[in-house]
Amino acid sequence: MIMTRLSKYRAALVAGAAVLALSGTAALARDLTVVSWGGTFQDAQRELFFKPFAEKTGKPVLDEAWEGGYGVLQSKVKAGSPNWDVVQVEAEELALGCADGIYEKLDWSKLGGKEAYIDAGTSDCGAGHIVWSVALTYDGNKLTGDTPKSWADFWDVKKFPGKRGLRKGAKYSLEIALMADGVPANEVYDVLATPEGVDRAFKKLDELRPNLVWWEAGAQPLSLLQTGDVVMSTAYNGRITGLNKTEGTNMKLVWNQSIYAVDSWVILKGAENKDAGMDFIAFANAPENLAKLPEHIAYGLPVKAAAEKVDPKLAPDLPTYADNLAVSIPLNVDFWVDNSEELTQRFNAWVAQ
Amino acid sequence: MSRAPQLKALVLIAPLLVFLGVFFVWPLVTVISQAISDPAISRVLPRTASAISGWNGQGLPGAEVQAALRADMAANTDEMAMGDVIRRLNASKSGFRSLMGKTVTALKESPDKPLAEIDKRWGDTAYWLAIRENASPYTDAYLLESVDLERGSDGSIQAKPAGSSANGAIILRTLWTGALVTLCCLLIGLPYAMVTASVTGWKRALLLGAVLLPLWTSLLVRTAAWMILLQENGLINQALMGLGLTNAPLALIYNRFGVVLAMTHVLLPFMVLPIYSVLLTVPGNLMGAAASLGAHPVRAFLRVLLPLSLRGVISGMLLVFMSAIGYYITPALIGGATDQMISSVIAFYATGSANWSMAAALGLILLVLTLVLYALYNRLSREPGQMG
Repeated sequence: MIMTRLSKYRAALVAGAAVLALSGTAALARDLTVVSWGGTFQDAQRELFFKPFAEKTGKPVLDEAWEGGYGVLQSKVKAGSPNWDVVQVEAEELALGCADGIYEKLDWSKLGGKEAYIDAGTSDCGAGHIVWSVALTYDGNKLTGDTPKSWADFWDVKKFPGKRGLRKGAKYSLEIALMADGVPANEVYDVLATPEGVDRAFKKLDELRPNLVWWEAGAQPLSLLQTGDVVMSTAYNGRITGLNKTEGTNMKLVWNQSIYAVDSWVILKGAENKDAGMDFIAFANAPENLAKLPEHIAYGLPVKAAAEKVDPKLAPDLPTYADNLAVSIPLNVDFWVDNSEELTQRFNAWVAQ
Repeated sequence: MSRAPQLKALVLIAPLLVFLGVFFVWPLVTVISQAISDPAISRVLPRTASAISGWNGQGLPGAEVQAALRADMAANTDEMAMGDVIRRLNASKSGFRSLMGKTVTALKESPDKPLAEIDKRWGDTAYWLAIRENASPYTDAYLLESVDLERGSDGSIQAKPAGSSANGAIILRTLWTGALVTLCCLLIGLPYAMVTASVTGWKRALLLGAVLLPLWTSLLVRTAAWMILLQENGLINQALMGLGLTNAPLALIYNRFGVVLAMTHVLLPFMVLPIYSVLLTVPGNLMGAAASLGAHPVRAFLRVLLPLSLRGVISGMLLVFMSAIGYYITPALIGGATDQMISSVIAFYATGSANWSMAAALGLILLVLTLVLYALYNRLSREPGQMG
């Protein structure tokens, strides 16, 4: 009797150990995890890059979404063995993390060399994936006749009564305020580098404060514009073109004085699937694959050969189109890497008043 | 003989002790040490830290400090540790990040190049002052900054320039919102608990269920439900406009009203349940007795029922208030820019800028506030007789 009971226990123990061992190996062989910015953009990426790559290699690709924040990446790497492998980051996070050593160095020979990319898309730790813009947007069905053409018009509440949407944060708001105050686009960062320039930007924001609505997620400005909560707003260019296509809206985008930046793929330091991650980046950024992206969402491509393959009909909607580039400015990453903390703190204090 | 049971008891509570140690004491100690110490600079730049302590802060530090800095940078092999140093210095003086990046690269190519030739910013006293300020592994800078204070160049504590930081205002706002929510919970929760305690059978089950059911639902779900109700084209506005009570939609969301409303709903069970449990112990015939002695119902309520339920009221108020001041999700989703509470600032420092020390310092302020309230609660609940 005792023997059988003991053996029963033993059987249970063995079974338990087997379950533990199985779950242990499952945890060891984590699938390649790719992290992007969610929404319709990530849906397009899933169809164009994640699924085909999984089919090609025969191994599943797990995709997750995040909303940015350097602390998120830094704490994952610092804690050791991060649970993400490949992440799409903004230019500022790329520069910060590359200096702090939280990303793996990329093997550029697999990516066709740095000369295959535009300059802003190359870094030791990151390979550019898209070029995107923040631009003035309005609903072409609601605002007719005289339409806004610059940030000065954005501030003109007499000519265009109603609320305005801005992305919550010092980045973009301060540049836009200075351009609205008459600073030429190419001098914005020179002015912003001085304490007087920062004061000037906040003073200009003061003027618009009663009419401002802040947004954080990329889909918010679109719904604010659709419901008529705001008369104009800043927005990410790709989402505007996408919304017009899928929902038949007539959102207009003002390329004049828009600000563009590059998003890049990085591999987190110590990531378990870093080799597979490197292969994934090479696959997603291969000209023949990447060139399909603008059909789904209107972002520019930092890979030169891919940009050439894009359908000429789609090109005028992209930030990288020559006419659009000519009237827009690049986001100054070095400036924000140095000043982000101080200006964000001041911005938060300003908003909280 | 008496040892063995003691040992056995110790073994029995060992899981509890381990749990408390791992999930309470250890995180607490980590947070406190993060808030007051940051050894990054003294660890990665040890020679500089000891050399710069002899500098008087006037002009530029001497050649030996510059040589020490160069030696430290050459000796460092841990990029991530250097990243911590750079982050800390850049938080004190904007511009350090690009300066250090440039200097590290330049020193790799030509180790003997004078610092001032690599970048003219090394000729600016402010950058050296930032290194000296952060050289000690212990600092009160984060705690001071979390209440809008800083140390001047002479070491005295002074207020930060107006407009550069709003932590103090946000802490006050957090307390104010917490107080409003507590008051609203009390105004609804006290009568509710009294009614619940006075009825029996299915009525009591229904009333209790109405409080408990939301308690078992996820906070995020309840907050999202309020978003659907309150938004500009939401149910409430549509109903009001449909009834012709208002022409334009009312601003119910993205303002203080929405935050207080949603938080009151979420926290109401914490007010109702303690009062209800206290009222259950009050004999039901007391109000009748008061009436038979000629007391008006209002007088009977004020002199009999209210004093007897006061213990529940106080614990309910403290529970609601202490939970309310730590709220993050509800104000973030339902509040506007001027309704954010202190936890959103903590979240910014933690996830946005990886400034863990600042996040820890603000967290510590919140913790101290809660502890003070807890001490108050202990005192009040120990002397119920003094309250009436």
